[in-house]
Amino acid sequence: MTGLILSRLAQIAVMTVILSLCAFLLIGLMPGDPIEMAIAGDPRLTSEDAARLRELHGLDQPLMSRYFAWAGEVLRGNFGHSRLFAQPVAQLLWPALLSSLELLALAIGIAITLGVGLGALAAARPRLAPFVQGVALVAQATPSFWLGILLIILFAVQLGWLPAGGADAGWRFLVLPVATLAFANLAAYARHSAAALRAALEEPHIRTARAKGASEARVLARHALPNAAVPLLTIAALDAGAMVSGALITETVFARPGMGKLIYDAVMGNDFNLALLALLLVAVVTMLATLAADLAQRWLDPRIA
Amino acid sequence: MKVGLALLGLLALAALAAPLGGWWLGHDAFAPDLFNRFAPPSAEHPLGTDDLGRDVLLRLLHGARVSLTVGLAAALAATTIGTVIGLLAAWRGGWLDAVLMRLADGILALPALPLLVILAALDPAIIGLPRGEATADMVRIAGLLAAFGWVGVARLVRASALSLLARDFVRAARALGVSERSVLTRHVLPSLAAPIAIATALAVGGAVLAESVLSFLGLGIAPPAPSWGNMLANAQELVFQAPLAAFWPGLAIMLTVLACNLVADGISRLRR
Repeated sequence: MTGLILSRLAQIAVMTVILSLCAFLLIGLMPGDPIEMAIAGDPRLTSEDAARLRELHGLDQPLMSRYFAWAGEVLRGNFGHSRLFAQPVAQLLWPALLSSLELLALAIGIAITLGVGLGALAAARPRLAPFVQGVALVAQATPSFWLGILLIILFAVQLGWLPAGGADAGWRFLVLPVATLAFANLAAYARHSAAALRAALEEPHIRTARAKGASEARVLARHALPNAAVPLLTIAALDAGAMVSGALITETVFARPGMGKLIYDAVMGNDFNLALLALLLVAVVTMLATLAADLAQRWLDPRIA
Repeated sequence: MKVGLALLGLLALAALAAPLGGWWLGHDAFAPDLFNRFAPPSAEHPLGTDDLGRDVLLRLLHGARVSLTVGLAAALAATTIGTVIGLLAAWRGGWLDAVLMRLADGILALPALPLLVILAALDPAIIGLPRGEATADMVRIAGLLAAFGWVGVARLVRASALSLLARDFVRAARALGVSERSVLTRHVLPSLAAPIAIATALAVGGAVLAESVLSFLGLGIAPPAPSWGNMLANAQELVFQAPLAAFWPGLAIMLTVLACNLVADGISRLRR
């Protein structure tokens, strides 16, 4: 187990280095460095000033040595500043990450509850299975940003019940984004829990439980559901990347200040240090989440090698 | 399956018929008509007009050309790359297999969207592509999506190929002295048709969805060329003036993805 965790952590570290290197080089190859932006912003800068600034900031160095200098600072915990927000990057990243995690946790909780509920319905009442399958198919095919816009139009513009976007301390700002994201993630849980529960209900211990007179609800909840938990964790592990992607687009639609909006704003504002660090943070958190789901799965089912 | 195929056929037909639609309705999908903005649906404009007075139905049809072309191109490229890599990994085994599959695992574990956002924002000029042209945009987005899309296909192909390579008919072919190339192309590849078809169908849906997200964020197909995604981006700013403008492009995306998923489901059910 420890060996597995260590090798997976090493894999995550390698992926992070590769990702940062690729992103840094690609961004570095782009025409237009920060000094050229400064020149565009202040026409009085002479070419001597520009050359001096380039030297001062190390922008005259070759790309690889710039990468090593940047990576060294990041590893030492110095994330530098955001050009766009004129703030230390670390101060921007943490609140954004917390906001995204809040959104994700609520949405996944609701998606799992509703999805497993629908799956249980399909497994317990085979007549309703086609209905559940239909819901899952539609939920899977619905682009979440479109659903977000439709919800804004209905609840914010037409009915005026809820705010269209932004974020405040209030729960009212969370309702629409959470609903959007939960619906987007519902389908996988519904389909797989239905299949897993149907398989679990065939097992001999279920017959024993029924023979002992356990109610159908109790059989489903106490005897079949724990067996179906492992495949659900597999989905959670496999889908972590997709879920994070979904959270990011949802944030952009609802103008929620989180990691997604931060990355989008940073990319749009040519703030590449911020964009790069935010991307790396999201990637690392996603990979760690995948690892956590994998470990939980092994812990629940020791048969998985 | 039948519903999915019928839907896909209908969408493809709609994409092909886009110029015909312009001729039938007698106007141009690209020509603004500022005296006729936000027109309600009428015989002349079956779905009304947008913020520049352009016909919404015509733009949807032209958007289908762009979105479906990008989706198909990206999916085909991803499937080709994925099949080659998956087959290679299964056939060679050893360190090559390990490296390729760790790479695939790594890419799969990353959140694709923020990566795509950053990559799509890069200036296409650095790899020698012209900037801002619709065709160049389409090639760029399809290429980007294929660069991420091959992973799922490769894993699927590798798993199926591994079990095929251990089968008796492959061993028999090898024993008869069939060359390795022939074994792979004549004996293994045909048996992989079903998983590859499923992966392709899913990839088309995924690519259409991803293209629409990027275009929605303003990083994909740039206006004035219509794509379903950039029509939605426009629509979000107009929720007060034209709430329905957001409805149609999203519905088109949803139906496309739904059709692809149904086809993939149908193929996998056929195999059983």
